[in-house]
Amino acid sequence: MSDNLNKDEVTGVDTTGHVWDGIRELNNPLPRWWLWCFYLTVAWGVVYTIAYPAWPLINGATSGFLGYSTRANVAADIEAVDAQNAEVAAQLAAADLSTLSADDPAYHYGVAGGAAVFRANCSQCHGSGAAGAVGYPNLLDNDWLWGGSLEAIEATVRHGVRNDTDDDARYSEMPAFGEILERDEITALAEYVLALSNQEHDAALAATATELFVDNCSSCHGEEAEGMYDLGAPRLSDAITLYGNSRDAVIETITNARFGVMPAWGPRLDEAEIKAVTLYVHQLGGGE
Amino acid sequence: MIDTVKLIALGLIALIAALAANWGHDISYQVHALIIMAIAAVMFIVQLRRFGSAQPAVDSTGYMDDVIRAGVIATGFWGVVGFLAGVFIAFQLAFPALNFDWGQPFTNFGRLRPLHTSAVIFAFGGNALIMSSFYIVQRTCGARLWGGNLAWFVFWGYQLFIVLAATGYLLGGTQSKEYAEPEWYIDIWLTLVWVAFLAVYLGTIFKRQEKHIYVANWFLLSFIITVAMLHLVNNISIPVSIWGSKSVQVFSGVQDAMVQWWYGHNAVGFFLTAGFLGMMYYFVPKQAGRPVFSYKLSIIHFWALIFLYIWAGPHHLHYTALPDWASTLGMVFSVILWMPSWGGMINGLMTLQGAWDKLRTDPIIRMMVISLAFYGMSTFEGPMMSIRAVNSLSHYTDWTIGHVHSGALGWNGMITFAALYFLTPKLWGKKEMYSMSAINWHFWLATLGIVLYASSMWVTGIMEGLMWREVDAQGFLVNSFADTVSAKFPMYVVRGLGGVLFLAGAIVMVWNMYMTIRGGAPVRVATPSPSQQQAA
Ligand code: HEC
Ligand code: HEC
Ligand code: HEM
Ligand code: HEM
Repeated sequence: MSDNLNKDEVTGVDTTGHVWDGIRELNNPLPRWWLWCFYLTVAWGVVYTIAYPAWPLINGATSGFLGYSTRANVAADIEAVDAQNAEVAAQLAAADLSTLSADDPAYHYGVAGGAAVFRANCSQCHGSGAAGAVGYPNLLDNDWLWGGSLEAIEATVRHGVRNDTDDDARYSEMPAFGEILERDEITALAEYVLALSNQEHDAALAATATELFVDNCSSCHGEEAEGMYDLGAPRLSDAITLYGNSRDAVIETITNARFGVMPAWGPRLDEAEIKAVTLYVHQLGGGE
Repeated sequence: MIDTVKLIALGLIALIAALAANWGHDISYQVHALIIMAIAAVMFIVQLRRFGSAQPAVDSTGYMDDVIRAGVIATGFWGVVGFLAGVFIAFQLAFPALNFDWGQPFTNFGRLRPLHTSAVIFAFGGNALIMSSFYIVQRTCGARLWGGNLAWFVFWGYQLFIVLAATGYLLGGTQSKEYAEPEWYIDIWLTLVWVAFLAVYLGTIFKRQEKHIYVANWFLLSFIITVAMLHLVNNISIPVSIWGSKSVQVFSGVQDAMVQWWYGHNAVGFFLTAGFLGMMYYFVPKQAGRPVFSYKLSIIHFWALIFLYIWAGPHHLHYTALPDWASTLGMVFSVILWMPSWGGMINGLMTLQGAWDKLRTDPIIRMMVISLAFYGMSTFEGPMMSIRAVNSLSHYTDWTIGHVHSGALGWNGMITFAALYFLTPKLWGKKEMYSMSAINWHFWLATLGIVLYASSMWVTGIMEGLMWREVDAQGFLVNSFADTVSAKFPMYVVRGLGGVLFLAGAIVMVWNMYMTIRGGAPVRVATPSPSQQQAA
């Protein structure tokens, strides 16, 4: 091949002489900086694999002269935090919550730690601000299903509600009145319930259900519809509801009942964490 | 005789598919059986009507370009479908109400996400790779595709794979391995198609008229072979029943995770990188009219790249059950991979030496430059994210999503658009694309879209990573997970808008392609035959 076929006119660099579909290749050397950077990363790689666990052997792998281990690192981190908090956590675990003073370091530790426990474990259902959602109670107000004293909250958290894993779980079961009452009776009861909390309602219809309520409902919801902690029966005489106060939601509850479930936290959280989250929920605004 | 055999075979397939639809255990399997039955039945009828009549002779002297034309159209089509799915799931993340109740469970995020990833990677990217490798291998070997209609089998077989995979996801048929979701029978089908692809490709290379094999072909061949190997190993599973789609993986636990990410990373390395580098090595010098910058660099970075990529998978499994030693190796190989990756960028960009002025006049060259720039950026970002300390921040966050899409939209998307603009006029015998200013619009829409996408994901990714690890003085977490989700909302919207721009650009491109193909009479012979080319 002639000489000028092997030279690129624009750059004056030789080509390799190959042509494919008009494409040629210049014979430029490897860019120096590129080559040096490549060598550098290789050299770094060699050193790094000597320093850190890297090369597989027959039983196990080289452990590296720095003794690095991700598991050991994380264990050490956790241990350091635990050690830092050990004393106050032990105090909290042993404390009687009802007599724990708000000036006590264990109290502050509990509220701060409880907030973290709450974010990690409870916010999925109760909301990250604890304001709840349909079926998941708001924990900011003083309207409680199972009671808002420290003791009651602690029991709810430890054993949960209507779960089948904890024998001491809080339990009650509102009957599904769809199988017990007539349709028009349920409609009337719904008006009655709406009336209790001063919602917009059909007064005439509501009046017809007074007796139905006393017969069927007040055993759990109370004579004055004030609710009953022992049975987790909600107070119906206020506008705060678990399942919403639309007519449809009320009819749905009466017809089919609801059966809200909360897991038991006793097996998942340690003593200090349960107490911490109890303190946290209690001081959110509605604690009794 | 052969006609009779074909008829019997098609009839049998239709019959077995009908039985499978009847006995199928799950809806995804049943629908697939019906699809296959319908295809076999239609082919049976077509075959029957043709029975005995003489076939028109196929002109098999020039290059085989029909299948490439089909591939160009398929690439444009699947691109729009995949981007649309991407935009939709991006808005689903921002506005969960878009998981419409009436569409459950078919259109929830969980089912549409794999639809998006498969549509863009395998349907859009895969068609781009298959059609451009068919184009490139013929031109650079000076030979017609080997195997006659086998190339058509590859094309249609691959489309069938896409349709089965996509409908499977919507109907809940998945083996839950990212980028390898299709169930066992679809995997087997893809294997057949892929082996045919390899045969066509190798066959053409064997009968080449050029002495040497052009570098683009090394990359494309490494892509085809490695993807075959990855696909086979990662999909080893045992069907629960041949009448159902469910199968059980042979590997379990951390071994399964390692095999999956060995596959996953090399899908990136060989599908989205080596294959597209093959495209780059042909289309950039062609469009620029310049020689490739350095032959030496192309050899060295090719071998370094394919050797190193294979080991880098464990960087997807830092801080998991994977032993530390494997994670270290993955990280080290990833960092060493940086320069070999950049070799491709340097070779591409420096090929423009002497043609830089075209950057002002030629929007296709501009797309190529942007593509190479994003390639360079994501292959710098990747090694950085492989470093354990960095990964402890970036892992599981939107940073990864930003990294993916700066590579996918920037590098894969842009180089594919450039290739389509290069090929459309050539394959349909037109002088140039219908509208140059539409290409310009596409360029800016896409670039702006990528910038919005990548930057919003970096912001949320880093923010989210920092929020997750934030602890107070006593070591308690400061944020709940939901807090980090709600903090991301504005950036989710920005990302969605970026996607809209990118999609709009692609729609402009498809319109432009349509107008080019439709418009005017051919101005010159599309493709000289190999012998003509030899003479020239
Ligand atoms: C899976 C969802 C879920 C999770 C997680 C959850 N809860 Fe609950 N929780 C509920 C439901 C449902 C109720 C209401 C049950 C009922 O209908 O009586 C409830 C009730 C309560 C109550 C009683 C409220 C009252 O008015 O008496 C307290 C207190 C409470 N949860 C605290 C917590 C704490 C603290 C955590 C975290 C450790 C937590 N919950 C995690 C679902 C959940
Ligand atoms: C056996 C006890 C019991 C009886 C009897 C009972 N309830 Fe309930 N009721 C409950 C409990 C417990 C709940 C809490 C929801 C749940 O988890 O099932 C509840 C919830 C409700 C709610 C929803 C309150 C909210 O905050 O959303 C309404 C309304 C209601 N009951 C109405 C009635 C009416 C009307 C009757 C009589 C026809 C009735 N209940 C009888 C125990 C009872
Ligand atoms: C219009 C353009 C696009 C939009 C709006 C878009 C949007 C999205 C969204 C919202 C996700 C899910 C992210 C998450 O789960 O948080 C995603 C994932 C993904 N997309 Fe896209 N996408 C687009 C284009 C592309 C293209 C062109 C490709 C590839 C060629 C691609 C490849 C991927 C991959 C691989 C993932 C999975 C990432 C991972 O699991 O880490 N996308 N995309
Ligand atoms: C040298 C080159 C590269 C290296 C070392 C690299 C490294 C990485 C790392 C460390 C991650 C994050 C893993 C995690 O934390 O989960 C990642 C994710 C990813 N990268 Fe890259 N990357 C490179 C180039 C590219 C390119 C060019 C593309 C695309 C075109 C790409 C596509 C992806 C995808 C799709 C994921 C997401 C995988 C998933 O989790 O679903 N990468 N990469």
